[in-house]
Amino acid sequence: MNEKHSEIQEAEILVIGGGAAGLSAAAEAASAGAGVLVLESDLHLGGQLVKQTHKFFGSKDEYAGTRGFLIAGKLLEELSAYPDKVKTMTNTAAMGYYKNDGVVTAMRGEEEYFKLKPKRIVMATGAQERLIAFPNNDLPGVYGAGAVQTLMNVYGVSPGDRVLMVGAGNIGLIVSYQLIQAGVSVVGILEAMPNIGGYWVHAAKIRRLGVPILLRHTIRAALGSETVQGALVESLATGERFQLDCDIICMAVGLTPTAEMLWQAGCAMKYIPELCGHVPVRNKRQRTTHEDFWIAGDAAGIEEASAAMIEGRVAGLDAAASLGYSVDENRFDVFAERLNSLRRGDTAAKIRSGLEKVVAA
Amino acid sequence: MSEAKCCCCESDGSFNLAEMENDTVLCRCEEVTLGTARKWIAEGYDTFDEIKRMLRVGMGPCQGRGCRDILLREISQITGRPVSELSPGTIRPPVKPIKVSLVARDYTGGDKK
Repeated sequence: MNEKHSEIQEAEILVIGGGAAGLSAAAEAASAGAGVLVLESDLHLGGQLVKQTHKFFGSKDEYAGTRGFLIAGKLLEELSAYPDKVKTMTNTAAMGYYKNDGVVTAMRGEEEYFKLKPKRIVMATGAQERLIAFPNNDLPGVYGAGAVQTLMNVYGVSPGDRVLMVGAGNIGLIVSYQLIQAGVSVVGILEAMPNIGGYWVHAAKIRRLGVPILLRHTIRAALGSETVQGALVESLATGERFQLDCDIICMAVGLTPTAEMLWQAGCAMKYIPELCGHVPVRNKRQRTTHEDFWIAGDAAGIEEASAAMIEGRVAGLDAAASLGYSVDENRFDVFAERLNSLRRGDTAAKIRSGLEKVVAA
Repeated sequence: MSEAKCCCCESDGSFNLAEMENDTVLCRCEEVTLGTARKWIAEGYDTFDEIKRMLRVGMGPCQGRGCRDILLREISQITGRPVSELSPGTIRPPVKPIKVSLVARDYTGGDKK
C-alpha cells in the first residue's frame, strides 16, 4: 500500500461532545496538564445547557440555583484558564472510530474531513430524543420537546400557537412552562403513567396556570392533512377517545444515550432500561472496557446535568492520570461523594439500580 | 375540532386505527411504514440488521437514530423476546452522512488503480 492520505492529527485527549459532561472533562484533564481537543457538532459549545433558562437543582458544587445557560458560561470561563492546553472545534462531528489503528474521523461543517489519532477519548456525546410511533407522526408540527426548546430558547422562534405536550417528566413540564412564558398556549400534557414523572415544583407551576395534566392518557394519532390540526387522545383507564385541538404535538417521552463510536470500538455494551438504552460497561472512574475510552454524561445513561458534570470531571481526570500526569487522588473521592449525594433518595433509585448493572467494581 | 381530517378517517368521523397504524411511518429517512416492517418481522426477518437489509431502515441521513428503538420494540412485541436481548444491529462509520467527494479529497496521491 503506497496510498497517501491527508495527515493524521494527534491529540492527547480527545473529548467528543462540548456539553456539560465534555466541558467538565476538558477542564479537569487540562488542570492536570493534559492537552485536550474538544469536538462539538453544534455551532456553539455548551450542549443542552445553552437552552436551559431555568434554575438548576442538585448541589452547590454543580451550580444549583444557577440558570443552565449561565452554567455553560462558567464552564467555558474555567476552560479559558488553560489556553495552551485546550483546543475546541465547533461545527465538527466525530464520524467514526477505526479500532485497527485507533483513528477517529471527523467532519467540520460539510466541507472539511480529517483524521485524528488521540491517545485517549472521552465520549460525552449526550442523548437523542426518543420517538414513539403513532399514525401521522410525520406531519409537520410533530416535534421532540428538546427541539422545541432549541427553537424557542436558542433561536427565538415560536413553534406554533397551541401545543399538546406528550410526557409529564421534567422535560415535558419545563418545556411546557417555557412555552407559556413565551406566549404559546399549552392545551394539555398527556402522561401514560398514573403519576407525574417530573418534580412537583415544576408540575405545580403548570397546574397553577390552568394547564391540565392528563394521567393515564396517551396519544393515538396526530390529525390533519398538511400539518397538525389536532390529536386523537385515549384514556388508558377507560379506553375513551377524544380529540384535542392543537397545531403542535410535542414529544417528551424520554431520551436515549448516544455513543455510536463505542460500538465501533468494541466496548462491552448492555441494554439497561433504567439508564434508558444501551450503555457501556465502565469502572468507577468512567473507563469503558476499551482502555482508551471513557464515558460521561447522558451518553453513559440518562440522568441530569449535575451528574453529567461530575462524571465528566472523573473521566477527564482519570484519562489524564492514565497518560502519566500526576493528579490529586483525593479528587476522585470528592467527586464520588458528590455523585453519591446527588444519587441519594427515592427519585434516584432507578439510576442506582441501573448503575449497579454496568459499573464494575 | 370538526375540521381535523386525515386520509384514514371513516366518513362518520371515527378512526380506523389499525389501518392508520400500519401506515405509520417507522423510518422517516427511508419512508418505511410500521405495517411493512411488521410483515417482514412476522416472516422471520426478526433482527434489526435483517430488516435493515430488506427495507433500508437505519440507512438514511439519521443512521437509525430515529427508528432503531421503535423497530426493536416492534421486534420484541412480535417475537416475545425482551429488547435487552435484541441486537441493535451493526453500527459502522460514518455515523452521519458525508459527501463522497470529501472522502475522495482526503486521498492525496499515490498509485491509483
